Amino acid sequence: MASGVKPRVKAPKKAAAGETVTLKTLISHKMESGQRKNKDGSIIPRSIINRFTCEFNGKSVIDVTMEPAISTNPYFEFEAVVPEAGEFKFTWYDDDGSVYEESKKVEVA
Amino acid sequence: MEFSRRDTLALGLGAAVLTVLPLRVNAAAEDAIAAFTGGADVAEGGVNLTAPEIAENGNTVPVSVEAAGASAILLLATGNPTPGVATFNFGELAGSQAASTRIRLAGTQDVVAIAKLADGSFAKAAQTVKVTIGGCGG
Amino acid sequence: MKFKPMSAIAALALSVPTLGMADADDDTLVINGEIEIVTKTAAPAHLEDALDEVISGWHFRDDATQAMEMDDFDNPGMLYVEAATEVWNTVEGSEGKSCASCHGDVEESMKGVKAVYPKWNEAAGEVRNLQMQFNDCRTNRMGAEAWKYDAGPAKNMEALITSVSRGMPVNVAIDGPAKAMWEKGKEMYYTRTGQLDLSCASCHEENYGNMIRADHLSQGQTNGFPVYRLKNAKLTTPQGRFKGCVRDTRAETYKPGSEDFLALELYVASRGNGLSVEGPSVRN
Repeated sequence: MASGVKPRVKAPKKAAAGETVTLKTLISHKMESGQRKNKDGSIIPRSIINRFTCEFNGKSVIDVTMEPAISTNPYFEFEAVVPEAGEFKFTWYDDDGSVYEESKKVEVA
Repeated sequence: MEFSRRDTLALGLGAAVLTVLPLRVNAAAEDAIAAFTGGADVAEGGVNLTAPEIAENGNTVPVSVEAAGASAILLLATGNPTPGVATFNFGELAGSQAASTRIRLAGTQDVVAIAKLADGSFAKAAQTVKVTIGGCGG
Repeated sequence: MKFKPMSAIAALALSVPTLGMADADDDTLVINGEIEIVTKTAAPAHLEDALDEVISGWHFRDDATQAMEMDDFDNPGMLYVEAATEVWNTVEGSEGKSCASCHGDVEESMKGVKAVYPKWNEAAGEVRNLQMQFNDCRTNRMGAEAWKYDAGPAKNMEALITSVSRGMPVNVAIDGPAKAMWEKGKEMYYTRTGQLDLSCASCHEENYGNMIRADHLSQGQTNGFPVYRLKNAKLTTPQGRFKGCVRDTRAETYKPGSEDFLALELYVASRGNGLSVEGPSVRN
């Protein structure tokens, strides 16, 4: 696992059934593009998060394929429908095989 | 980054050429679009792309895409060494077919969004983003 | 966020580099909807011959960059604050202590600290900045190794300790035993150096609000430091930034961590007395 990778998610704790909510995600990751060179002129190998997904109770909200043009510390903002109480699951997939996960419970008032 | 006088002149010349020639999506970007659309026609409109006209720093440029009813949106930076940026696939619980992120742009160029709409057709939006060179680079 | 009008203004400023076109804007900064930040205020008395008003660098950035600082979630600088919070609570060194062992909750114990740093340390008989002070803790109280100046963990800790003072006025003491070092910093600020023969004042006092190539010159205030720079996606401390500035005058630079830069850090901090502590801020 790349060192110091930590996912963060901002999601509401409560929603009305059927409400559309805004989600924000940020993960600390250098997103080494594979385009940069070391001082000795050698290419620094690519090392990025290449996929991000968000599901709610097992159903897909968004599934993003990511390329090296995504900035350091990848940030996403998007919307989801909350049909019932349950849990958001967020997953980031690293080039090195690591998987980073975060989840957020939502109550329906 | 340190820019010599010569680099700066070259960049200026490059910018001048860009403004004279019609901006053409490069070959790698065309390939990426073809892979996404399967070679289908792409209409203008039906997808919104929000990006600054001038980015304060090309390393972190806020960009948003939105296309009502789309199943997927492909985002490309046509002037980057590799044009792919991201593909957003919207699931059944997507609250909207919209997303925002922060991207890297290697220089002034066209950013392109192509959406696969609900009826299976494709729509496109493009915007030129000028990437400025900082005052000091310090 | 109103990208289009702002960008149009910026485009105009680029094409017509007229004096005053890049002036500070009139937006107001509230972080997380609750921390009100003073980003413009009357200049402190010691600047009365130089400036009427002191202005945070936040005003010289475009709306998109400004917005990144208005919510901690959108501010990547807060990632480093989080990392340092873990370190704060982690036992290290021969004495079996963490920062928290002595200082408890960082939000309580460190509130207001950054606002008065760099400051004179009576026991040590020297002016210290935050990195010097917490390295003293590490070596003398924790029995841990000092962090190298501006190394990742040191910058992170500086960001954490700064973040808990956000919204409080910068109030660096310039009299008493700190005066000699402050005078030295002041002299450095006004001394032209390098092949380009520029002093700090050449850009940040005489030309703030003007364009330098495609960028807006700010007053070079440090109330927002450490800053998360979009340019390199890292935290930068005042002394790290000074190094870049001095290098850009094409001079040999002092070293971050040196007494010279400490004097300049003290003096520049005092030019922002009255502005709110704002770090970690977001800049281009």
